[in-house]
Amino acid sequence: MASIELGAVLEGEEVADLYTPNKQTSWFMRVHWWRGMMLFLAAAYFIIPFYAAMQFSLQNVQGHFSLQPLTQIAQAGGFFSALWLSTQLAVGTMAVVLILMVPTVIYVHLRMPRFRRVMEVITILPIVIPPIVLIVGVDGVTPLWLKSSQWLLALIYVVLAMPYVYRSLDAGLGALDLKTLVEAARSLGSGWISIIWRVLVPNLRSALLSASVLTLALVFGEFTIASLDGWTTIPVWIYLAPTNNPRINTLVAMIALLATCLVLMLIVSFDRKSRHSRRS
Amino acid sequence: MSMDTQSPPVTANVTPPPMSGAPVIIENLTRRFGTTKALDGFSLHIEPGEFVALLGPSGCGKTTALRVLAGFERPDVGKVLVDGHDVVHVPAQKRDMGMVFQSYSLFPNMSARDNVAFGLQLRHQRGAQRRSRANELLELVGLAEHTAKYPHQLSGGQQQRVALARALAIEPRVLLLDEPLSALDAKVRAELRDQIRGLQKRLMITTVFVTHDQEEALSMADRVCVMSRGRAEQIATPAELYSKPSTEFVAQFVGISSRVHVERTGDSVALFGRDVRIRGAAPEGAESLDALLRPEDVDVVVAPTGLGIVTHKSFLGATTRLEVGIGGASVKADVLSSAADAFELGTRVDLVANARDVLVSASRPAS
Repeated sequence: MASIELGAVLEGEEVADLYTPNKQTSWFMRVHWWRGMMLFLAAAYFIIPFYAAMQFSLQNVQGHFSLQPLTQIAQAGGFFSALWLSTQLAVGTMAVVLILMVPTVIYVHLRMPRFRRVMEVITILPIVIPPIVLIVGVDGVTPLWLKSSQWLLALIYVVLAMPYVYRSLDAGLGALDLKTLVEAARSLGSGWISIIWRVLVPNLRSALLSASVLTLALVFGEFTIASLDGWTTIPVWIYLAPTNNPRINTLVAMIALLATCLVLMLIVSFDRKSRHSRRS
Repeated sequence: MSMDTQSPPVTANVTPPPMSGAPVIIENLTRRFGTTKALDGFSLHIEPGEFVALLGPSGCGKTTALRVLAGFERPDVGKVLVDGHDVVHVPAQKRDMGMVFQSYSLFPNMSARDNVAFGLQLRHQRGAQRRSRANELLELVGLAEHTAKYPHQLSGGQQQRVALARALAIEPRVLLLDEPLSALDAKVRAELRDQIRGLQKRLMITTVFVTHDQEEALSMADRVCVMSRGRAEQIATPAELYSKPSTEFVAQFVGISSRVHVERTGDSVALFGRDVRIRGAAPEGAESLDALLRPEDVDVVVAPTGLGIVTHKSFLGATTRLEVGIGGASVKADVLSSAADAFELGTRVDLVANARDVLVSASRPAS
């Protein structure tokens, strides 16, 4: 009886109203108000400091916004060499950490699944150990020829990136039926390098992208170790910029932040797009 | 996932790969995992082009045996001879054995055609030739329309057929099937079962098929190896296995058996008032015997003064299975469903043995 009454209520125009697209409830109405509030607070938390920094950098003494400070960045010495060094370090770190970690994590998943917990603890250590301890310790044992090379910094960044890369790869491999894929490839005549390169890496693309993005962000944001080791990377340049103008330093920091966000968004959207095109 | 689960028959006008089966001899395989013996002196001889099913309950060692044969496990003791060569120390990728797995094992980043061509690419076949061969094999398994689809766009049955085409593409010496039908629904399973058997017969490729489903094993294989506790209990044709099980385990596992206590009179036993010959040799020294009966070994008749009572009734389609409690035993018997209305729960019945001979074993101690 109850269902009949409900059916009667939903008859005619009322039912039609529910399914007419132009009378659909708006997105804001469907989202609970508290979700909107949380979103607003989170957005404010990130946007207000960013806006304040941009205002500090781009507002002139008359209170007007001007892009003139941007031209001063190019004139400031050492910016492009710092950018080039950070880029080289980011690429080098990504290459080394992925070459080391991809086979290691695959091996642990396949042959030593019980060791995963130990790996989780080991890979958390670089986060726990303060950077200053890391650089002092590394400097003490590094041969002289390497000490003078920028690649020592990349090797230290490999250690720092390990926790993020391990977790990305661990999650990616956990989502695959790794054992079956590997055995299927082996039964077809594939060796290990071919299995990793042609079967696993393409299926780990999201995990690899996420690991790369995190590594990139880490290298472009790390200050302490680069500074102590005497290399002028982007964060060090921002700190030491020979502009005598803190507005320019702040502006560069903001541009670096925006550029990193842009690169991350590009990588993620590229991954989504390619996955979407494959599916369709 | 596609809802298309129709399985077209094996395409007849497609040239099958030129394959020939290799003989396989497995001798005395033993494999331990910690304290557990997964294989305990397992031996099996397979003729070229023969289809052998390894049948047994979970944990009996059938999958371990297949994995040893594939090269994914190394035995502690024993030999695996393929075409006369011991392959125990040959890595899996060099054994030339095609394998279809229980779980869908297609490479998710490759289309159906690329999956099938994967093994050919590893064998340095040229692009056009490789693609053409992959297309032919997909046509062979009835998936000519789906060559460009990715695994997530295919149904479970279609994925397993692509996996079969992929395994056949490398022209393997032995085809290994590790419960490839168990994840599929009943209808697709039955269709794919016929398709696999049809292809195997056409290609005459030596095939080892692991399953825990007796119906699958009996309907597909030339010979069935029933395994228990890491050993082969009986290796025989499906008909022989069903009609002449050599051990009580085989009788219980293949077909559904009931145990009924019987009295021995010479080389016969008294079964429900009839003398029935003992099949094979009776267990030596056994003071008390049980007959092992299949549902079709017994007829049921309604009798108001009968000694049995119908305790359970299940509709199976053309037949209905009754469970009759009699003399402390529970006996399964099949009747035609059209006549099953006469056998309501609690109906008094008599049982009549209709088998010419019957397998017996020593009575189990009362629990």
